[in-house]
Amino acid sequence: MTEHPDQSAARAQDVARAAYGKLIAMLAARSGDIAAAEDALADAFVAALTKWPDTGVPDNPEAWLLTVAKNRRIDAVRKDQRLVITDEVPDMPDLRTDTDPAADARLKLLFVCAHPAIDPAIRTPLMLQTVLGLEAEEIASAYLVSPKAMAQRLVRAKRKIRDAGIPFTIPDTSEFPDRMEAVTEAVYGAFAVDWLSGAGDLSHEAFFLSTILAGLAPDNPEVLGLNALIGFIEARRDARVSDGTLVPVPEQDVTLWDTHLIDRSMSLLARASQAGLPGRFQIEAAIQSVHCARRATGQTDWRALSKLFAGLVAVYPTIGSAVSQAAVVAEDAGPAQGLAMLEKTSFTGIETYQPAWAVRAHCFAQMSRWAEAAEAYDKAISLCTDIPSRRWLETKQRDLRKKSS
Amino acid sequence: MRYTFLLYSNPADFAHMGPEDWAKEKEVYGAYIGALQEAGVFVDTDWLHPADTATTITLKDGEKRIQDGPFAETQETLGGFFTIDVPDLDAALAWAEKCPAAKHGKIEIRASAMDSV
Repeated sequence: MTEHPDQSAARAQDVARAAYGKLIAMLAARSGDIAAAEDALADAFVAALTKWPDTGVPDNPEAWLLTVAKNRRIDAVRKDQRLVITDEVPDMPDLRTDTDPAADARLKLLFVCAHPAIDPAIRTPLMLQTVLGLEAEEIASAYLVSPKAMAQRLVRAKRKIRDAGIPFTIPDTSEFPDRMEAVTEAVYGAFAVDWLSGAGDLSHEAFFLSTILAGLAPDNPEVLGLNALIGFIEARRDARVSDGTLVPVPEQDVTLWDTHLIDRSMSLLARASQAGLPGRFQIEAAIQSVHCARRATGQTDWRALSKLFAGLVAVYPTIGSAVSQAAVVAEDAGPAQGLAMLEKTSFTGIETYQPAWAVRAHCFAQMSRWAEAAEAYDKAISLCTDIPSRRWLETKQRDLRKKSS
Repeated sequence: MRYTFLLYSNPADFAHMGPEDWAKEKEVYGAYIGALQEAGVFVDTDWLHPADTATTITLKDGEKRIQDGPFAETQETLGGFFTIDVPDLDAALAWAEKCPAAKHGKIEIRASAMDSV
């Protein structure tokens, strides 16, 4: 039976989002030419959009795309006349199994992007695009540069990989420390982008990659920390939104949490901390583990969170961690202290940073300074473009009006 | 306060797009309009045919003059607009940043002057 064209198109897009990195990695592994692999895959997606409405979506859409893209690649090379293709399309691997060579190929591509010969500033964006399929525009906005400049830098990096002949291999373990930081950052970056706004395919993929990395570098505490961190957050996926309204972690229904995943992350984090080398991901994972401990204890340990955030801000100061620290201090030491900490924060853009206004509003409300609280909630709501978060802020605003009247 | 986003882009940047790309683009804009509506800030929007299909009229010099084409030949042309109702420029900027048109072109943000005259 054939599907409605819209359904086929939607299916092609789903496959594109989830499998992009795998397919690019497998296509580029032989030639080292990422840009050419992207062109071939784009052609294959177009072919899918034309064909699938008539033929139906194939049983293994990823393998179908891979075959078509490989054929396009061979056609293109023949036209180029620069290379002689001696081998035909090899047997297709089944990309759906867990032990598939695709996972391996993606890792190789990650390490290629993190090669010392590549400009450090472009390593993470390159990984986000080639392995995790983010568009240049999305990456550019996260890095606060123009999409055009980002696209040019990405093109240049890909040409360098091809022309300099950077090998598509998983490096010797001795080289892990140099390259792993950019790799873990890209994987977490992809997870975070999708967690906020996406359908979950990419965050699932990021979790999968972080698990493979943890298997590859079981002695690297930050790699274990990253896997634990993503695991803790994933475990709470079903509890984070209720009736279209955001539910903050301390108020989530713990029975909706994935206990198996939490336990697994707890033991990973314990293993990581044995090395005695704390870092950003381990500290963030520890923060999430404190939240998840509420499942057993029934309460949130704000003192522990306060200490962990002090540690996080020391090693990885960002506007997000600084504002979260103020929120935690407000719960632990009182709203006046939280407010004072917030006013001390001097990050650029803090005046229009929505979470800062939400924390400020909460502190004012705790101190019964109703007018200032209402004003701060108004500001937070006006800056909030995420609908579930907006609903939550509006609920807080309504509760405030009831209390103050 | 009402703010209007004037969406400017270079038509040459879209020359390569096929029907599927436009269908996808329409979906992206649909999602953005949905978010504006859900947040209760949406007022109006439209998506315009290219500037080379424009007709310009003026009575400025006392007589009616109609011209085939836009009043000014520029590389970046007006492709559409959004009008939203939010408290201040910070909020308008937060929404403009989320507007799909920001990725491919420029958005000029102008506050409504209706209440000030």
